[in-house]
Amino acid sequence: MSLQDFLQRATTKWMKDSGPDDDIALTSRIRIARNIEDVPFPMLQTDSHANAVIEQVERAVNSPKVTAAGRFEILRIADMSALDRQVLVEKHLISRDLAEEVRHGAVALRSDEVVNVMINEEDHMRIQCLMPGLRLEEAWAVANQLDDALEEQIPYAFHDRYGYLTACPTNVGTGIRASVMLHLPGLVLSGQINRLLSAVSQVGLTVRGMYGEGSESAGNLFQVSNQVTLGETEEEIIGNLDSVVHQLIDHERSARRVLVQENRDGLEDRVSRSFGILAYARRMDSKETLQRLSDVRLGIDLGMITGVSAGILKELIVMTQPAFLQKYYNQELPPAERDLRRATLIRERLRLDDTEVQ
Amino acid sequence: MLCEQCHTRPATVHFTKIVGGDKTEYHLCETCAKEKGNVFAKAAQAFDFNHLLSGLLNMESSPGFAAPQPTSQRCDVCGLSYNQFTQTGRFGCPHCYDSFSSRLEPLLRRIQNNGQHSGKVPGKAGEQVIRKKTLDHLRAELQQAVAAEQFERAAELRDEIRALEQSLGQ
Repeated sequence: MSLQDFLQRATTKWMKDSGPDDDIALTSRIRIARNIEDVPFPMLQTDSHANAVIEQVERAVNSPKVTAAGRFEILRIADMSALDRQVLVEKHLISRDLAEEVRHGAVALRSDEVVNVMINEEDHMRIQCLMPGLRLEEAWAVANQLDDALEEQIPYAFHDRYGYLTACPTNVGTGIRASVMLHLPGLVLSGQINRLLSAVSQVGLTVRGMYGEGSESAGNLFQVSNQVTLGETEEEIIGNLDSVVHQLIDHERSARRVLVQENRDGLEDRVSRSFGILAYARRMDSKETLQRLSDVRLGIDLGMITGVSAGILKELIVMTQPAFLQKYYNQELPPAERDLRRATLIRERLRLDDTEVQ
Repeated sequence: MLCEQCHTRPATVHFTKIVGGDKTEYHLCETCAKEKGNVFAKAAQAFDFNHLLSGLLNMESSPGFAAPQPTSQRCDVCGLSYNQFTQTGRFGCPHCYDSFSSRLEPLLRRIQNNGQHSGKVPGKAGEQVIRKKTLDHLRAELQQAVAAEQFERAAELRDEIRALEQSLGQ
């Protein structure tokens, strides 16, 4: 299979499509936690509880109201190969925790992969909607609609005072977690990132690096999400996040402008150097890949590199993850071998575009 | 020293595993070590969110602050004890919220700012919640009526309760 064919089939909507402000806000995600009345949470579940939950969700997603928007398929974690589970994690369709929930876990995937339901992870159900660009309200509308349709079939655990009940009290109330993945190389390069991130955490939001440990983020990718789920309406939570993200985007844009004004040569050198490495290197580990891709994407955004599609950052970040690589080459690869294949795949992918470095 | 797995990167993770007297030494690079999995991942997660939460929960029991609570307090539906909750940071079933409500309030104020849900209400379950509340209210009233020997009122209340119970499917 050619790389082009594989990309057609393997990439999911959020990786390919574009959306508002998607030069900086790569994706928007809404996740809603829901549980079924009078059934123990997954932590205390027996096999029969777990199966009953899966069956109940299966029936509900097959109801006409749900299928009107798209068909769902139920996949049990136990029935998937370790590699396939990992691919779903790398596509951000399921969480790492669910992938490890081999005994009871399952996922209801909609064919367009825009919205899905994780089953028997920390909560009975987690409805997730993932969209490219900054589109929190749209993602909420899709997730909310599915929630309404499921609710007609499934009796939710709901409390007049605490709202939707969840296994962990940090999700109780609305059960909503809204998040945006941001690419912030300008703020990182100009050294403003820590100040901004600590400001963000003071307004009820959390920030973490997408890849890498702690606050350090390989590839300058950060995920901003709401912290509080109880006491505010869904619209307030989303509105608050949306307005903070808009401010972060503005700061990132002005940081980039300043960087170009003050040190255009240095910046051009940096992005071109990274492009050169991606285009010619024979061995790439995942951390360096993320860093170089971040530079190249910045170069594309600033018009320093032309002819390369801007989607290359999102696409290659996922494509060069361990499970995806092994899926593409259709064989198990030890880490050292992966570094070689990763470099090959990146070179091939860059040749697909009509690249020009200025 | 090079990583014994990939033979390309320097070995930066060294560990010794002793199982039943058999000693094995590993010298790996970070990437291969992650690959080997759990041993290191577990160590890295030792300070994860749940630990932080259980830290917060246990703060309550620092001497001189919280009112002494029986440590054996359990949820009467799923049997989870409050101690188990503080260890995992997770409840066992939806009913735990009522079972532990007295201890939950200060916690929710700390992690959630506010203790009253004001967001979406599910159509069906929301209606049920309202009906259940009415039902509780009527039952209390019935007991009062019986205690006060107002039997006519009690009979009315009984019929109302029956109708509600039927609509709730009990």
